[in-house]
Amino acid sequence: MKLTDLSITEALIGLEAKKFSAAELTDTYIKGVEKSEDAGLNIFITRTPEIARRQAKESDARRAAGKAGALDGIPIAIKDLFCTKGTRTTAGSHILTNFVPTYESTVTQKLFDAGIVMLGKTNQDEFGFGTANVNTAFGPVISPWSGPDPAKAARKLIPGGSSGGSAAAVAGRFAMAATGTDTGGSSRQPAAMTGIVGMKPTYGRCSRWGIIAFASSLDQAGVMTRTVADTALMLKVMAGFDPKDSTSVDKPVPDFLSAVGQSIKGMKIGIPREYSIDGLNPEVNLLWDKGIAMMKSAGAEIIDISLPHTKYALPVYYIIAPAEASSNLARYDGVRYGVRVPGENLSSMYENTRGAGFTKEGRRRILIGTYVLSAGYYDAYYLKAQKVRRLLRNDFDEALKKCDVLLTPTAPSAAFAIGEKQDDPVQMYLEDVFTISLNLVGLPGISVPAGLASNGLPLGLQLIGRAFDETTLFKAASALEKAAGFNHKPPFTA
Amino acid sequence: MAIIQGNTGKWEMVIGLEVHAQVISNSKLFSGAATEFGAAPNAQVSLVDAAFPGMLPVINGKCIEQAVRTGLGLKAQINLVSIFDRKNYFYADLPAGYQISQYKNPIVGSGQILLDMADGSSRIIGITRLHLEQDAGKSMHDQSPNETYVDLNRAGVALMEIVSEPDMRSAEEAGAYLKKLRAILRYLGTCDGNMEEGSMRCDVNLSMRRVGVKEYGTRCEIKNVNSIRFVQQAIEYEAQRQVEVLESGGSIVQETRLWDTSKGITRSMRSKEEAHDYRYFPDPDLLPLKLDAQWVEDIKKTLPELPDDKKARFISEFGLTPYNASVLVAEKENADFYETVLRETQKASGKAAKDVATDVANLVTGDYFGALNLSGKTIAEFHITAPMLAELIKLKLDSTISGRMAKDVFEAMVESGKTPAQIVEEKGLRQVTDTGAIEKAIDEILAANADKVAEYKSGKDKLFGFFVGQVMKTTGGKANPAILNELLKKKLS
Repeated sequence: MKLTDLSITEALIGLEAKKFSAAELTDTYIKGVEKSEDAGLNIFITRTPEIARRQAKESDARRAAGKAGALDGIPIAIKDLFCTKGTRTTAGSHILTNFVPTYESTVTQKLFDAGIVMLGKTNQDEFGFGTANVNTAFGPVISPWSGPDPAKAARKLIPGGSSGGSAAAVAGRFAMAATGTDTGGSSRQPAAMTGIVGMKPTYGRCSRWGIIAFASSLDQAGVMTRTVADTALMLKVMAGFDPKDSTSVDKPVPDFLSAVGQSIKGMKIGIPREYSIDGLNPEVNLLWDKGIAMMKSAGAEIIDISLPHTKYALPVYYIIAPAEASSNLARYDGVRYGVRVPGENLSSMYENTRGAGFTKEGRRRILIGTYVLSAGYYDAYYLKAQKVRRLLRNDFDEALKKCDVLLTPTAPSAAFAIGEKQDDPVQMYLEDVFTISLNLVGLPGISVPAGLASNGLPLGLQLIGRAFDETTLFKAASALEKAAGFNHKPPFTA
Repeated sequence: MAIIQGNTGKWEMVIGLEVHAQVISNSKLFSGAATEFGAAPNAQVSLVDAAFPGMLPVINGKCIEQAVRTGLGLKAQINLVSIFDRKNYFYADLPAGYQISQYKNPIVGSGQILLDMADGSSRIIGITRLHLEQDAGKSMHDQSPNETYVDLNRAGVALMEIVSEPDMRSAEEAGAYLKKLRAILRYLGTCDGNMEEGSMRCDVNLSMRRVGVKEYGTRCEIKNVNSIRFVQQAIEYEAQRQVEVLESGGSIVQETRLWDTSKGITRSMRSKEEAHDYRYFPDPDLLPLKLDAQWVEDIKKTLPELPDDKKARFISEFGLTPYNASVLVAEKENADFYETVLRETQKASGKAAKDVATDVANLVTGDYFGALNLSGKTIAEFHITAPMLAELIKLKLDSTISGRMAKDVFEAMVESGKTPAQIVEEKGLRQVTDTGAIEKAIDEILAANADKVAEYKSGKDKLFGFFVGQVMKTTGGKANPAILNELLKKKLS
């Protein structure tokens, strides 16, 4: 078996058994990263092979001294929304193209403390604004699913977004795992599109400190791996209360891995009927039915449930998320860091800087957000949206009294080609129709690769859990993973 | 009430004040950066203050405690749930592009302040609310001909915005309000009240209405007036300006005006149409602030005695006049110093507080404050100490020196820094209480002025003072006046 095909769990066993060193594992991955670059996948905004080699060497020394951490020597990719000390962090935006943080985000610090090796910073939609990884200042990411020679494929496919670089890296075996972020589905949707596992933990589970903010009440760190067990391992390290983030929650972090592989006999799985939206891709619908059947044969009890306010989730999200983003992005003004385009006075400097610094989608969201918070519109939009958000939360609370987890599709379709839907922002926004509610209500969700569409592209199913009950979610996800037995690889890999 | 007599009738001022008081705390409202005044530019700036990507605010508990303390001191309602909002606007010295403030749900609700006016009357001024917010940084336009420099030391420092009801009717009341508020803040130790260093700043809201009219007129807001004197000048100027506009048939435009210190005028800064749309919304980085009722109670127990209570005690316990009591409690340091001198005097003289309190008050508010003001020093710096004043009063009380001599001794103390006892000793100022010596002096004077004695006895009472003066002259002013009077009366009867 190739080193790049190993899961984290397998690699840790291999490292411990001295079958290979972290240095060897890392070198193999660095070669893979180079291959992806040569092929033009454009997965990384910044590659950090020197850092990776140094960290791998240090990891081998720790392991030799019997001081190896939980993820020691595992080469991973970091989404470019996580501030990394001394390594450029762009958020996929031109406005931060020259920004090198002097500080390390809490989540990446925890990962480094556990011994991970950083291969580089992955491409993404600017600040997380997107579902196809095309709204980036660094060019779109091409999915390794596009074909054996992805850059020359007739249809260059999107990897999903906004964590598109991270998804493509993990799916193509260019990283063993990756961090994502998830504000409306940005870890789960690209995971589904690339045939990997993607998770958004409960809001407050991971610290947001040092993650560049998109929408503060919706943002969470995400995990992207090739197996459910690997996600459990990663989340265990990434999670935990942080006094520097007032919205992180002081709860013990359980050993998620122990839930993986446990029986789901008697588990109640809810199927929200409102997710059978009009025009849902029949293949996705079919896969959903298959998933239900799989869970049933694994011993779960299937319950039909209702989330009556589902249809409002997308509009509510596209009021709250841009509102918060418009305020969060006000700091990119060219005054203290980042790109500055001079002007004849302060206002024109702001206009020039922000006009040149943000993508069209970035500017659109800032405008929408500014509008919905404006005097005279606040009550009709922002306040109303917050009220509906409360109703959505009530829906989920009611549903999760009757069942332990919910099962839904992750995305309405398989990956599409770069350029498609690009002129229609609403079509792009609809990509998140199944994932977005969870960010509004704060609940955890995980996408598990569950099958292929007739065109050979992966599709995912999403499981939704109770707040801070990721353990049950992992139990259900590993059962689904086992039943689905997804073992497809993209045509182009490391 | 200050009434302005216009050409068409009488006008009344309606004044409300917004005071920004910098919270005394070691670190900023949402970051660990220091708050000390006078540091080198940008020396006290954290990544949070400079709004670096991914940075998050964390509430400083000390600032919350100080706001609650202040609220309790203003006899105000403490809101157990309050919310921090973002006030969005762009400016170079506002790093995040928003100020974290409290908009709809402030930490402190309505309260009140009692004003003692110079004429002895008192007024109650309502407090609308107190909320916490971050200060902005400072833009410096004078460092370079074509660039602006930004100092973020102040960015993120905690401010309490204290908003009054439009209850004031004169510049004098506005001044009294600011003095009283500042005294309360200083008593509480929640703000140093230093307007020169900008740790207390004031915006004035002023409108005019005809006397007898209930409705408020359109108001103007005068920004950042940085001393009590300027507040009063700005009010006087602005009131006159508004009356002139209104009487000449114009109407007041609701706008923000600036006080121009050098010209002594207010001028338009921006109108309502140009006003920012701040797009307030709850800060999603911070949860609603929830206070424990017991915690608030515990803070209440640690409140010091505040000016109004202290004044009442000085009157009831010590028998001071309301005027003396008011003067003494106006600044906490003064009241503390008074009580120290009082205690020292009791110790030195063995008398009850009530028996010496007025003497002490007169000395402290009179000669002592006079000399202190002249010296330009603080109480702590001034070389005249409480034990020295106590000694001086004791010498007077035990008749070692007369009241007149006490004044001379005090002057000598200020000049030389010596103790009263030393001065009395060196200058031989000891009062003559020996009845024999005084009697002898009286006899000599009466003998030398037999004609005047005859006149006195025939009814010219006024000559009594003449005899006293003559005796004092021969004794070098040292004769005890009481003994002298008594003996003289006896001799002349």
